[in-house]
Amino acid sequence: MAKKRKPSSQTSFWRALSAVVWKDISAEWRSREMFSAMLIFSLLVAFIFNFSLDLNPKTQREITAGMLWVTFAFAGTLGLNRSMAIEKDRGCLDGLLLAPVDRSAIYFGKVIGNLVFMFSVEAIVLPLFSIFYNVNLFNPGLLLVILLGSVGYVVVGTLIATMTVQTRTRDVLLPILLFPVVLPVIASAVRASTFFLQGQAMDLIWPNINLLIAFDVIYIALAYMVFDYVVEE
Amino acid sequence: MKPTPIVLKVLNWISLVLLAIATYLTIYWAPQEVTMGNVQRVFYFHVATGWVGMIGFLLAVFSGIMYLRTSDMKWDIIGLAGIEIGLVFSLVNIVTGAIWARPIWNTWWTWDPRLVTAAIMELVYIAYIMLRQGIEEPERRARFGAIYAIVGFVSVPLSFLSIRIWRTIHPVVIGSGDAAAEGTFDMTAGMQTAFFFSLATFTVFGITLLWHRIRLGRLQDTIEKAKMEVMS
Repeated sequence: MAKKRKPSSQTSFWRALSAVVWKDISAEWRSREMFSAMLIFSLLVAFIFNFSLDLNPKTQREITAGMLWVTFAFAGTLGLNRSMAIEKDRGCLDGLLLAPVDRSAIYFGKVIGNLVFMFSVEAIVLPLFSIFYNVNLFNPGLLLVILLGSVGYVVVGTLIATMTVQTRTRDVLLPILLFPVVLPVIASAVRASTFFLQGQAMDLIWPNINLLIAFDVIYIALAYMVFDYVVEE
Repeated sequence: MKPTPIVLKVLNWISLVLLAIATYLTIYWAPQEVTMGNVQRVFYFHVATGWVGMIGFLLAVFSGIMYLRTSDMKWDIIGLAGIEIGLVFSLVNIVTGAIWARPIWNTWWTWDPRLVTAAIMELVYIAYIMLRQGIEEPERRARFGAIYAIVGFVSVPLSFLSIRIWRTIHPVVIGSGDAAAEGTFDMTAGMQTAFFFSLATFTVFGITLLWHRIRLGRLQDTIEKAKMEVMS
């Protein structure tokens, strides 16, 4: 650092975190590699669903939420893989780890960066799904579920992607390691989303939302505790 | 190379004898269940293998925590042994369950919370094995293995919770079960003897296998170190 001033540990945490986020966003803004890949992939998944399930309006209403989450989960692995691979390939991760900042700042920086990409893909997929499948997906409840579900997904995903990029079979390994672990998040998110889309009573929906919040908190705490060991060299 | 410890040799024979007796008890000796008939006999080994599987996974998560705290390779070997044993026994648990479910629930498989959770647990630990195979460096392999064992272990009860909101039809024979469960029964005295005998048998058998696996892990470690010395 150029300045000799020693920042308090809290400000340096936030500065490190925002630096990591900013770096990810500006790099992605210039290349748009990850975003375009995730987006095109999501659309292709939507098309494949349409032809493989031969949807009629009645079944469609019941499974739209499921399709949406499958799309997000699959597209998410593309983004997560890419996001950690660019750190690893050019030795950026080592550089980041050499920086005299708290490791959790790096982790949460990556999480927020990945969340931003996830949300931007979702922001485009949602209206397109609404058009293709003729359902209004701009339901505030559904948006809340998507927010909570994406947080849970990205929190676990970033942790596991950090490990899998350091293995021999990394692209293959991420979904295999991630999906069984992230299943509780996806399962409750799908159920809450379906209930919202069907306009069910809130007392049916709340338990699922509460579960989602609990899972998010548990996974954030867990990732915070073990991330130091993931990057320890 | 150190010879097989004498206690382990004795344990081999004890396991064999116990398994033979347990098989006899469950197949011939235990009374036939009134409504389900002979297929209920699967229950004795079904629960016993599930129990050993759980112990294996519990041991693995404990070793994972211990490895991260101490960085002692011993814990990595124990953890891997726990997971491999756990995987095999859980698989037996799932397969025996399916054999029982075919006549009782009229299906091999149903998406019941307990069944799904058991299957997810199996998948988590298969993923663990695959993760290990992708890493050559022993220290990193141990570290990532420990982390994934912990994360996976936390996720299993969460999966159960997230699916539990739907009602379960899996019977709970010990303790109180859901009223909607299908295939519940009360154990008679003879059944209890066979049941607890099987449980004890599989515990001893599991410990014996675990010991063998840990010993194997140590030997592998020795060979790896010897290779490194020759190479350098």
